[in-house]
Amino acid sequence: MTPEEEAEFKRRQKGRNMIVGLTLLFFAVLFYAITIARIGD
Amino acid sequence: MDATANTQAPVQEGKVALPTEWRDFFALTKPRVMTLVIFTGICGLLAAPGTIHPVLGFTAILCIAMGAGGSAALNHWWEADLDAGMKRTANRPLPTGRMRRDDARDFGVFLSAVSVFVMGVAVHWLAAISLFAAIIYYAVIYTMWLKPRTPQNIVIGGGAGAFPPFIGWIAVTGEITAMPILLFAIIFMWTPPHFWALALFVKSDYAKVGIPMLPVVAGERVTRQQIMIYTALLAPVAIAPWAIGATSWVYGSVAVVLSALFLALAVPVLREQRADSDPLKPEKTLFKFSIYYLFILFGALVVDRVLANQGLIGGGLFA
Repeated sequence: MTPEEEAEFKRRQKGRNMIVGLTLLFFAVLFYAITIARIGD
Repeated sequence: MDATANTQAPVQEGKVALPTEWRDFFALTKPRVMTLVIFTGICGLLAAPGTIHPVLGFTAILCIAMGAGGSAALNHWWEADLDAGMKRTANRPLPTGRMRRDDARDFGVFLSAVSVFVMGVAVHWLAAISLFAAIIYYAVIYTMWLKPRTPQNIVIGGGAGAFPPFIGWIAVTGEITAMPILLFAIIFMWTPPHFWALALFVKSDYAKVGIPMLPVVAGERVTRQQIMIYTALLAPVAIAPWAIGATSWVYGSVAVVLSALFLALAVPVLREQRADSDPLKPEKTLFKFSIYYLFILFGALVVDRVLANQGLIGGGLFA
């Protein structure tokens, strides 16, 4: 793997990890909010 | 399908297999189509009688969007070979080799499954079943089965686009009544004139990949007649919510005016009336108007509900 390819590999991996992390965080917050809303019902 | 394509690496042989960019996963969900899905879903949700907690309402729309995105990803997976043969779609993630085909399938299945599960657990299981039916309808019945087999594929595909307001309504009420069925029917009837008007002035290469689109298979004359037929069928369906007393004169008058205009614009398309400057002006005008038609009609539905909730209006045509 050339240095350029390695840099590109890491950039893409980092981007994907960031999106997966943010998505998981979003769903954790959403499920908390859903729970509160359902309890309120 | 070509079995070897399923195992293709995302880059050419001899090069490093780079991870697929998240943007390509996002592109699989057809974000432009999703805007209409979200808009009509929100309208169905807001126009329904009753209330829903804002968090649950948001979750319902999110699930509808995820379900649409999941089925779109499955559509990309199944049609990768066809997409490679058409100019409009050749740059998609799968035909260009930026993504493994199996990854698109797995992403689509995962997104669809999560959307149905969350809808069921958080909102309503009837809405979840409807969402599941919508995904199966689009990904299996339309994409895999009927699209390559019949020139009426646009009519059938319209059914998939008609689900969001239906599901949005059910998410609030928890039951299937005449109104969500009518909302479904409006988009179902609206899709053929909308798409075929576009097909008359934008020459696609569907024929090249063996998809039997009506203008190619049956000719322009038949397509124009079909546009008129569906526009005529759309009018009573669009006015029906007022007629059955589910909306007031506010929605009713908007539906009558818009439907009359739609019919008036479909007549020159039927008669093939040409303007010297632009030979396909009637078709282009009808296509543009059809977009405004749907947005204004569904907008009127929501305004009608808001006014009714405020006690400012009430009663349908025969009320």
